[in-house]
Amino acid sequence: MMSQRVGIEISLAVAEVAKLADVDVVAAYPITPQTHIVERLAELVANGELSAEYIPVESEHSAMSACLGSSAVGARTFTATAGQGLELMHEVVDVAPSLRLPIVMAVANRALSGPLSVWCDHSDAMGVRDCGWVQMFAENGQAAFDLSLCAFRIAEDPSVLLPTMVHLDGFSLSHVIEPISMLEKDELEGFIPPYEHPFPLRPDKPVTMGAFAPPVIYTETRKAQEVALRSSKKVILQAWKEFGHRFGRYYSPVEGYKSKEATTLLLTMGSFGETATVAIDRMRDNGESVGLINLRLWRPFPFDEIRQAVRNADIVIVFDRCLSSGGPGGPVCSEIRSALYGEKKQPQVVSFIGGLGGRDVTPDDFVNVIRRGIEIAEKGSDEEYEMIGVRE
Amino acid sequence: MDKSEDSLTWKDLEIGCVVTEPGSASEYKTGDWRSQRPAWDTSKCVKCGMCYIFCPEGCIHQDSEGYFEADLYYCKGCGICARECWTGAITILEEEE
Repeated sequence: MMSQRVGIEISLAVAEVAKLADVDVVAAYPITPQTHIVERLAELVANGELSAEYIPVESEHSAMSACLGSSAVGARTFTATAGQGLELMHEVVDVAPSLRLPIVMAVANRALSGPLSVWCDHSDAMGVRDCGWVQMFAENGQAAFDLSLCAFRIAEDPSVLLPTMVHLDGFSLSHVIEPISMLEKDELEGFIPPYEHPFPLRPDKPVTMGAFAPPVIYTETRKAQEVALRSSKKVILQAWKEFGHRFGRYYSPVEGYKSKEATTLLLTMGSFGETATVAIDRMRDNGESVGLINLRLWRPFPFDEIRQAVRNADIVIVFDRCLSSGGPGGPVCSEIRSALYGEKKQPQVVSFIGGLGGRDVTPDDFVNVIRRGIEIAEKGSDEEYEMIGVRE
Repeated sequence: MDKSEDSLTWKDLEIGCVVTEPGSASEYKTGDWRSQRPAWDTSKCVKCGMCYIFCPEGCIHQDSEGYFEADLYYCKGCGICARECWTGAITILEEEE
């Protein structure tokens, strides 16, 4: 292997992926905690290391709009944002999958205002949950690098052609220096084939993109888009499999840690999966039958893999970093409950919310969450969910 | 496309719902939106062309005698032509079922 394991800030490693993928256009607006990704890309373009057009737009709405245009002419396009930036971009975020434009976007997850917070939670990601993008969550720096690389291949696959978001927790991933096995360009040979849109905007063969759809055709357009997103899972699995064969690191939609025979499972998404393994180890040493499930693929949602992963468990404790206000509690937990509803053997599913606005959750906290989750499963609770670490 | 719009299935759509024929918007009958329509009184019309200039739909044209009329396939009945006609030659009539 030529690849080197180097200590690098994860944001810089993500920028390096865009360079490795030889992107043609980056249109982005800097926002904490995504800033280092786009600053680095601006630097790479300015110093000639990356031959691309860097468009320093005046807002995230413009960033995604510029990305639509560049992807539509057949240019490989990358952007990154976070929190309020993703919110401001929202209107255009929906348009990209409807036009089937394979933009790749890194999101350094950030809590939403108000009150204003620059720190991590998953509220920004949940705001764009239903926008039609392929979406995945990284749990560490290596995954952020690898998943971002695979994202270009997945998004641009001729049978997919859908924009793809790679979520990485703000600060706890974006600003952390980790040892990451970087890949060299020549190692990648053929892993990301050239991007070709079947109907690019070209003067010699004009097409109309983004026409309006009256009621007589709108439903059909949504069905077509939905089928494409659901079918993308085959390509995602194939891309991750080939990545594993070639580079030795394997990824799957649902990751298990000491989970196979465990009667109680904790389920996390994002970087808390790393912290939670410490709690699992401790409880295992204590003879307790606990394990961890980490959800990597968020859209298309991996229903079968989730059902498979929890089939031996009696209790599943879902830890969300986002609150569905006035609703059932955690958005991830809602999906897990939906996936398991109607199954012959159903574990009890308990919802916890924590880590909001950058609040730290320690291994001790996860031990407490698991203990309290077991208690709720056994004795019941009047509440839809429980919020941890909140001062009464 | 060979099929009419209301018989297209989701599988018939081009990827990203791209429209491959340029100018296909002209097939869209915006006249369907109309509840009123303009009528010209040729005795008052001085053929100045203000209605033609102001029509947001671009659906007003001159006939062989130089008077103006609206193409009702596209005219939405917005009434801007009547509002702008300084000789009062255009009146807006209710469309009746």
